[in-house]
Amino acid sequence: MIETLRERVNGDEGLVRRGRYLTTTFLLEVGQTCWLIQIFEGRIVSVASGPFVMPSSSFALRAPEEEWKKFWSARPPPGSNDLLALVKRRVLKAEGNLQVFMSHLRYFKEALAKLRAQGATA
Amino acid sequence: MSARFEPITGRYMHLDLFGRPHRVYVEEAGEGTPLLCLHTAGSDGRQYRGLMNDARVTAKHRVIAFDMPWHGKSSPPAGWHEEEYQLTSAQYTTMILEIAAALELDRPIVMGCSIGGRIALHLALEHPERFRAIIGLQAGAHVDPYYDLNFLHRPDVHGGEVCGAIVSGLVGPDAPEKERWETLWHYMQGGPGIFKGDLYFYKLDGDIRGRVAEIDTRRCPLFLLSGEYDYSCTPEETLAVAKSIPGSEVTIMKGLGHFPMSEDPQAFLTHLLPVLEKIGRG
Repeated sequence: MIETLRERVNGDEGLVRRGRYLTTTFLLEVGQTCWLIQIFEGRIVSVASGPFVMPSSSFALRAPEEEWKKFWSARPPPGSNDLLALVKRRVLKAEGNLQVFMSHLRYFKEALAKLRAQGATA
Repeated sequence: MSARFEPITGRYMHLDLFGRPHRVYVEEAGEGTPLLCLHTAGSDGRQYRGLMNDARVTAKHRVIAFDMPWHGKSSPPAGWHEEEYQLTSAQYTTMILEIAAALELDRPIVMGCSIGGRIALHLALEHPERFRAIIGLQAGAHVDPYYDLNFLHRPDVHGGEVCGAIVSGLVGPDAPEKERWETLWHYMQGGPGIFKGDLYFYKLDGDIRGRVAEIDTRRCPLFLLSGEYDYSCTPEETLAVAKSIPGSEVTIMKGLGHFPMSEDPQAFLTHLLPVLEKIGRG
C-alpha cells in the first residue's frame, strides 16, 4: 500500500505545488518495516522498503503498525485522525531534523493521509 | 447576486489594560442577555460569526466577541516591537473583567473556547459573582506540551503555515469544508509569535489542576461542552474536570473537534441552544 504514495501524492497538483520548495528524504517506520521516501520539489520520486544497512534521512516518523492502520482507516477514530494526535498520545515518534517536517507540516499531513481508503479527507 | 450585510457590528474600543493604552476590536449582534465570547489561542473573534448570524441565539442574547490585544483587528500596545508576547492568567482575567465593565455588561454569560475555556474555569473559581453562567468549551485544567512550541515562531518556519497546520487535525471530521478552512485561515493570519505566546498560558501559566475542585457552582452555574475529536483538550480531560466539580454539567459533542463554534456552527448550536435555554430559565 505504501508504494502507492508516489502516484497518490504526485497526482494531486495542489499538494505538489505546496511542496515545491521541499526536497528531502525521510524515513517512515511502520512497526518493523522501514520505508525511505524521497521527495524532489514536492514530487515523490521513490518509495523504497527496508531493511536498510545505512539509511540516510532528514527525519524519521516511527509508530507501531496498529497505530498507522488506524490512521489510514477511512474514518480514523478520535486520537488517530492526525499525525499530531498520534504524537500527543506518544505513539508516533518524530526524530531528526524536524525543521524540515514542521516547515512543511501541512504537506506531510496531507501526503500521509493520501494512504487512507480512497475518498476520505485528511 | 445582490449584496447583503450580516447583522454584526464592529467597533474599536480604547481602554487602559495593565497600565497601558490599548485599542481593542469588539463585535456584537443581537439584543438581550449579554453573552461574552472568548476566542481560542492564536485566533480571533471571527470564530463566533456563526452564533452572531443565528437568530435563535441573537433573538434573546447580545452576543459580544472581542479580539484580544495582539489578535485579529486589535492592535498590540505601543512598544510591542521590542517585546515578546506572553499571556498570563492574571492578564487574561483582568482583560475580560475590564472589557466587560467598559461595555457595562450586567452579569454576562461568559463562554470561552480552549484558552477561553481554561480562563472560564479561572473565572468560575475567582469571580463567579460577575457572571450569570459560565460555559467552557474544550475546557481542561491543564495540557502538557506535546510538540516543541519554538517551531511556532522562528524565521525558518513560516508562522502562518505552521500555525494552521498544527491545529488542522483538531477540526472534527464532519466539519463543512468552508468552515474548516475559514477556521484555519484565522490561524494562518495570526501575528508572529502570538499563538505561541497564548500557549504560554494554556500549557504553563494557566494550570488550574490543583484548584479546579474548589469551583462552587452554587455561586455561578458551570457548563462544559467538548468535541469528541479534540486531542488537545480531550473529552476525558473535560470529563475529569466535570467529575471534580459538583453541579457542573458536561456534554461531549459527537463528531466535533476543538473549535466547535467555528468549525461547524450548526452542529454546535444543537448542543449550545439547550444550555442557553436552561440558563435563561434561571
